[in-house]
Amino acid sequence: MTALLSLIVFTPWIGAAVLAALSSAKPGTVRAIALLFSLSTLGLGLFAVANFDPSRVGSQFVERHDWITALNVHYHLGLDGLSLILVLLTGIVTPVALLASWRVERDPRLFAALFLMLQGAALGVFLALDFFHWFVFWELSLVPAFFLIKLWGGPGATRAAYQFVIYTIGGSAFMLLAFAALYAATGTMDFIQLAQLGADGTLAQQLGAVGGWWPKAVFLGALLGLAVKVPLWPFHTWLPPTYAEAPTGASMFLTGVMSKMGVYGFLRILWPIFPTQLHGASGWLLWLALGGVVFGAFAAMRQTDLKRMVAYSSLNHLSYCLLALFAVSAATGQPGTTSVAAIAALSGTILQMFNHGLSAAALFYCVGLLEARSGGLRGLNDFGGVRTAAPIFAGLCGIALFSSLGLPGLNGFVGEFLIFRGVFGLAPWAAAVACLGLLATALFLLTFWQRVFHGPTGKVASSGFQDLSRHEILTLSPLIALMFVLGVWPQFLAGLINPLVTSWASRLVLP
Amino acid sequence: MSLPVQLLWLIPALPLLAAGLGALTPRSGRKLASGAAILAMAGSFLLSCGALMTALADPAAHLVHNFAWLDLGEGVLRLGWLLDPLTAFMCVMVTFVGLLIFIFSTGYLHEDPNFTRFFCFLSLFAAAMLGLLVANSLLLLFICWELVGLASYLLIGFWFHKPSAAAAAKKAFITTRIGDLGLLLGMLWLYDSTGSLLFYDGGQGVLEATALGGLVAQTTIGGLAVSTAIGLLIFCGAIGKSGQFPLHVWLPDAMEGPTPVSALIHAATMVAAGVFLIARVYPLMAVDQGLATTPLHALTVVATIGAITALMGAMIAVAQDDIKRVLAFSTVSQLGYMMLALGVGSWVAAIFHLLTHAFFKALLFLGSGSVIHAAHHEQDIRRLGGLRGPMRITFVTFALGMMALSGVPFLFSGFWSKEAILHAAQGWNVSHLPLYAGLAAVVLTAFYMTRLVAETFFGSARSDEARHAHENSPVMTVPLVILAVCAILLGFIGTPAFPWLQSRLMGQTEVHGHSLFEGGGLMVLSIVLVAIGIGSGWALYGRRPRTTTSALDPIEKISPGLFGALRARFGFDELYAATVGRLNTATAALADGLDRYVWDGAVRFLAALGEFAGFVNKEADEDVLNGGFDATNDKIRGTARLYSAAQTGGAHGYMRTVAIGFVLLVLIVMLGGGL
Repeated sequence: MTALLSLIVFTPWIGAAVLAALSSAKPGTVRAIALLFSLSTLGLGLFAVANFDPSRVGSQFVERHDWITALNVHYHLGLDGLSLILVLLTGIVTPVALLASWRVERDPRLFAALFLMLQGAALGVFLALDFFHWFVFWELSLVPAFFLIKLWGGPGATRAAYQFVIYTIGGSAFMLLAFAALYAATGTMDFIQLAQLGADGTLAQQLGAVGGWWPKAVFLGALLGLAVKVPLWPFHTWLPPTYAEAPTGASMFLTGVMSKMGVYGFLRILWPIFPTQLHGASGWLLWLALGGVVFGAFAAMRQTDLKRMVAYSSLNHLSYCLLALFAVSAATGQPGTTSVAAIAALSGTILQMFNHGLSAAALFYCVGLLEARSGGLRGLNDFGGVRTAAPIFAGLCGIALFSSLGLPGLNGFVGEFLIFRGVFGLAPWAAAVACLGLLATALFLLTFWQRVFHGPTGKVASSGFQDLSRHEILTLSPLIALMFVLGVWPQFLAGLINPLVTSWASRLVLP
Repeated sequence: MSLPVQLLWLIPALPLLAAGLGALTPRSGRKLASGAAILAMAGSFLLSCGALMTALADPAAHLVHNFAWLDLGEGVLRLGWLLDPLTAFMCVMVTFVGLLIFIFSTGYLHEDPNFTRFFCFLSLFAAAMLGLLVANSLLLLFICWELVGLASYLLIGFWFHKPSAAAAAKKAFITTRIGDLGLLLGMLWLYDSTGSLLFYDGGQGVLEATALGGLVAQTTIGGLAVSTAIGLLIFCGAIGKSGQFPLHVWLPDAMEGPTPVSALIHAATMVAAGVFLIARVYPLMAVDQGLATTPLHALTVVATIGAITALMGAMIAVAQDDIKRVLAFSTVSQLGYMMLALGVGSWVAAIFHLLTHAFFKALLFLGSGSVIHAAHHEQDIRRLGGLRGPMRITFVTFALGMMALSGVPFLFSGFWSKEAILHAAQGWNVSHLPLYAGLAAVVLTAFYMTRLVAETFFGSARSDEARHAHENSPVMTVPLVILAVCAILLGFIGTPAFPWLQSRLMGQTEVHGHSLFEGGGLMVLSIVLVAIGIGSGWALYGRRPRTTTSALDPIEKISPGLFGALRARFGFDELYAATVGRLNTATAALADGLDRYVWDGAVRFLAALGEFAGFVNKEADEDVLNGGFDATNDKIRGTARLYSAAQTGGAHGYMRTVAIGFVLLVLIVMLGGGL
């Protein structure tokens, strides 16, 4: 299959086009079509898994064609273990988010079409290997996200949508400039070529021709774009309002998939292309990541809006990913650094990305269910005793909460354990400080469960609160099932990224 | 019938299966859920007996079966099962006590609407606890350790509609998690230093000589050996789980759970997991003993914490009025004894006491459950009384348990295991303070247990609930009788004359007994102390029993201040709320405030700056650039108007202009001197 990756990226867009053409389709048909097209990613992703050779390092199913020869731009797609895992995650989270949006009554056709556009753009980001169209996908993802938030969001949605888009574009603008500078210095925007230049130090030399500070400035530009996207603390203030105001399905996708685009960028672009500069900055970047881990968790404790609370927990969870990467980068070139710890940290990062996608999407869905049943309430203290009225809901939401707080036996633990194991080997003090985040996470997630589900039956729970319908159980069950499977058998994912991450350990030597 | 180590996983797997079944059973399937749970537990008990046979065949061996769990290329995480006498004895105890408590629960929770869920959680607990026991990897142990924490959380909060139960469940989970973070860090450190987390692995395990030698040879912060630091971090986990000072505050609150839960989890098994953990990693804890220059030995800390907890728990128990809280603080105190034994170097004494304590404390808790069930959930001993008559079986068995716990000599198991600990403490060459703490706790234990029995069973009934109490059905009393028999007989497997259990745990096949009265001085002393405790307790509470619920406690009359401090549990909860709680709130407020004002403020400032730039830009465009453009236009237009005004169309005018122009041109040329 020579065009597998193009098929993965563009099938959702074809779906969006089909929906756009079907102007008179019934809502039921529209939803079914959208679900079908969004499921294509999972199907094709599993096909890719079946044909994927994990023992090979580097991209597979590569598609590389000349595109704009004058600018040396190529249409270049490729897939390695990291991309594959994120494709699978997109393939799982998007259909679930669409199922979660089944009740969207206002213009379901536009909603579904925007969602499929968003899905295709995210997949493009995970598979593109040339900055040119990578950036197109990167920016294009903002457009449907903007409209999804603004048109279907909560009362503050307009402001949140603008803030989200402007903030992200503001960051991306610096990244674009950085890549313009890279192109000016090297004549290429191909990630693989740039990574080679970065690895052997030529890139820094070529950039350094402009001035000694130029490589750093270019690095900072790229860093800024990615830091806003993840987000890295303190570039995160767009996140709580955006996640809180977005409609449930969009929140699920934003946190489940889009937040991974930033971490992916760190792993795919920033670290390989700027190893020396990242190493130089990793001292204070480690502190920023710790800030996200600790302050993210503590700020979550303070939130009374459940969606904002879950949003802050996302900040906390993604900061673990960055913590691991920065710890690896900080230890690069240091005497006594062992690749075993680095491999554990980086494997943990990738697993954490996947696991967070599952648990955060499930939690946003659960909050959405509370909102739908209470006529829009989602305050920490608006409920109480829901478990009495809805034991199945309480049970499934509890599983998602415990997955999120890293209970062993569920998926969240594996990634966090590997990250802590790796970070401890590379920067023990950082692991010790990050433990505070683990404690605070447990505290606010259990407070969530206690206030909403336990205690005497509150007003909402006592006025005809329904337990989950079959449709809702169906929506949640793939996520819950994966939490168990990956908690007990993480080797499935680890097997896909195994030699790749080991090869990354060769970057532990600075050029 | 013996069980090979490869099949050891079956022991936790059976209850896990029952838990899964229970989770999927609807509320109406009560018989199915409880039947499956009891059957699974019985099966695990038989398998554990088989495992014990295997282990006793060669007590010195550590039979293991290891396998890879997560292969990361470099660095394979391996898990495994371990079978030795320690595991086997613990498994037999947990499954046997568990089985009896499961049976008791079918009676105790007969009317609860969430009956099936209860057995699901109980089975989950049993599976995790047994997994913890058979683990040959600190990682697997940690995984199960957290899962028992989850089960404990779910069961403490089983009556979740009660706010106090929901709060107690959270408190238990969070408090133990504080300790667990220490355990996590210790585990990470151990893994980083040795590259393995397997306990025994054919010479490569972390509890084997090679790894231990490496750990003790390196030093770290403060001149501690790495093994000491790791040992202390692991001990943090034990402090949390086993309710040791200063993390003991969750255990009394955990009594919000149904009483069978208190008996199984918060008395007999889970809280003892900390003791088991230290016994399991004992080679690691003890390896620094050979170091002369170290500032601290890990076991010294263990002994100190244990001694403090033993004494403190016993003191607080004296002034509690809730029948379950007295027992809870008694558990805290007894766990302190076990830690003390570990610290002074006798882990076998600790495990002996763990086993005997499991039986008599489970007995006492189930006895209190029997009382509570009969007295319509009245647990305040001031409102009970006089139950000796109507609840004869409960009374007799409870009294037997009380005597075992108090250490009434010779006949009762608690006496022998406690003696073993006191002897070990006497032989400790570092300090005798733990011994004195232990001896003081002996008096207090006998005293508060006498008080508890006297207030509950003697005197007259002081409330309608107590007056209407009557004995429970056999499903609840038979387990009491069985446990009472064990509380007596179990002591004889570890007397000084016949230390069978101790020698098997030590890996010896022969029993080297001593004279029963070797070190008799200490034994006589502790018998005297028990007599003082029971005698004074009886004098204060038994001879003149309480007549009204509001009457002051005799100690309160003597010393209201002391009694108040004890009843308030020395104010630990208030202290923590005022310090840790406030710090926590303040940090959360800080994190939130940073976001709202500083970071978001910076973003708003940038946005405002952008808007300002836009404003300036707009003004510049309109007034300066566009303004200039417009002005030029106007001028041009004015000039044009001027010119167009000149275009009069009259020939005379034109000619005149031409003539003037010509004259001017001539003048310029002439004056310029061009010609």
